[in-house]
Amino acid sequence: MKHGNVAVFIQQHNGKIENVSLELLGKALDIAHELKTNVSAYLPCEKAGDMPKILFSYGADNVYIIENAELKEIISIPYAKAVVEAVKKDAPGIVLFGATRAGRDIAPRVASSMKSGLTADCTELKIGPYTDNKTGKTYEQLLYQIRPAFGGNIIATIINPVRHPQMATVREGVMKMKTPDNSRKGQIIPLTITLSPVDLSVKIINKIVKEKKVNLTGANIIVSGGMGVGSKENFDRIRELADIIGGEIGASRAAVDQGWVSKEHQVGQTGVTVRPKLYIACGISGSIQHKAGMDQSLKIIAINNNPEAPIFNFAHIKIVGDLNTVIPMMIEAYKKQDNK
Amino acid sequence: MEIVVLVKQVPDTANVGADAMKEDGTVNRAALKAVFNPDDLHALELALEMKDKYGAKVTVITMGPPKAVEILRESLYRGADNVFLLSDPKFAGSDTLATSLILKSAIEAKAKKFDIIMAGRQAIDGDTAQVGPQIAEKLNIPQVTFVTEIESIKNNTIKLSRLSDEGTEVIECKTPILLTVEGGFNTPRSPRVKRMFKYTTRVKEIHSVIFKSIETKNYEPNQNSVNQMMKELISEHIIG
Repeated sequence: MKHGNVAVFIQQHNGKIENVSLELLGKALDIAHELKTNVSAYLPCEKAGDMPKILFSYGADNVYIIENAELKEIISIPYAKAVVEAVKKDAPGIVLFGATRAGRDIAPRVASSMKSGLTADCTELKIGPYTDNKTGKTYEQLLYQIRPAFGGNIIATIINPVRHPQMATVREGVMKMKTPDNSRKGQIIPLTITLSPVDLSVKIINKIVKEKKVNLTGANIIVSGGMGVGSKENFDRIRELADIIGGEIGASRAAVDQGWVSKEHQVGQTGVTVRPKLYIACGISGSIQHKAGMDQSLKIIAINNNPEAPIFNFAHIKIVGDLNTVIPMMIEAYKKQDNK
Repeated sequence: MEIVVLVKQVPDTANVGADAMKEDGTVNRAALKAVFNPDDLHALELALEMKDKYGAKVTVITMGPPKAVEILRESLYRGADNVFLLSDPKFAGSDTLATSLILKSAIEAKAKKFDIIMAGRQAIDGDTAQVGPQIAEKLNIPQVTFVTEIESIKNNTIKLSRLSDEGTEVIECKTPILLTVEGGFNTPRSPRVKRMFKYTTRVKEIHSVIFKSIETKNYEPNQNSVNQMMKELISEHIIG
């Protein structure tokens, strides 16, 4: 029997698709290849415009469009109904949502409506087999939904063998966005929903949009500091280097707990997951919790005066030394290169 | 006005010691202190503030082992009017879907005329934030998640603020509704000594309610429908 499609809920606002949805399309495409099936995108919106084309280019084979004036703003019931409608039509094997506030608001309603399980805030997805010891039944290709649990103290692998679809919300920035392929084509399936007055009883009457000051997930370069930085003053060296090479500032939990830098800079299991082209870890020992948030970075430079620091086990470039001398050297070297 | 507050007793995952994990990688629950889930305390406080302001009956419901009566006791001491513990060995290991079904059934049985259901945004043991919205779906009522503040309640219209992906939204909505409440936007009151004395006897009488929830599913009397039913029974390992 052919495996059901791998579906992604597309979160957008005024025609602008959220990065997490595009990241998930890339992951869905990999999973669909493994399962020999297709990728569906569920797009509730006011007007679809050119969004389907973008979704095809990032990996969608089918785009289910639910256009409705009431879908301009993301409100739980209308959005959940739109996704449920698509799920009923598409009968997917897997449905993925970004673990954004909107995704975590809508996904449980959809799961409840489908009477299926839902795993929150996954950081990894894999396909694998499972044998139920009680019944002896073996499932060949289940979705392993992997996530930190118990306040980040353990990593749990969760499966849903019985009910379908298998559903999960996935943390932003964890999956890698694919390079769009504009030659990819697909099918558009328009759907409609009917909404009652009760469905529309929640109304947004005002919005205060907060500018995101720190954009770690979208950063190409991150300069990150940990306990080994030693003081708030020393942390300025991290800022200086980030500033000069055009990077964002990251931090380990220890540095945040010390008050050297604010919480939104925290990388790791209880912070943000990042995968920049370059991650410079200064005075970070490399705990499992921190590693989980950054080990997918393309290149990792670790600067630490403890040669035994675990971070050296997975860094691509190792510098054993004091960051207070190494960072100025890096700045000096960069400026020289830049002037040439 | 009737407000139902859903609370949970959780292991204190914020203060995990070296003995918190067993050698096989599972959690050593015995080594962790059980606490009132922090976000739920903020939900209870918001409910009690509404009670102070507008007058309301506040009913607190929890599902958990008999020990979870501790947080019900605390809720009474802080100002709740009614408390219910849902406890059954069969509830052990419930996922969010099962939990939401149990709590939904309890709400229907014990607080049918509710206007607002409040719950903390999420519990610190699972961090799923799923049970609230799942209950709203099962009760077929709207929900507003990540609520930070209730500005006003007039007749059956609530004006409130919530966090969204973009920032903050001011929302107008109607009762009945389910709200999940963000932690840190109010200061939970302390238990009152006077209430401790008042409720001493009553708390002793709180007993575990053995609770059975039944979901009725309809099948049409035709071959296709019956085929579907059999297929489901087999896939759920009930027969076959």
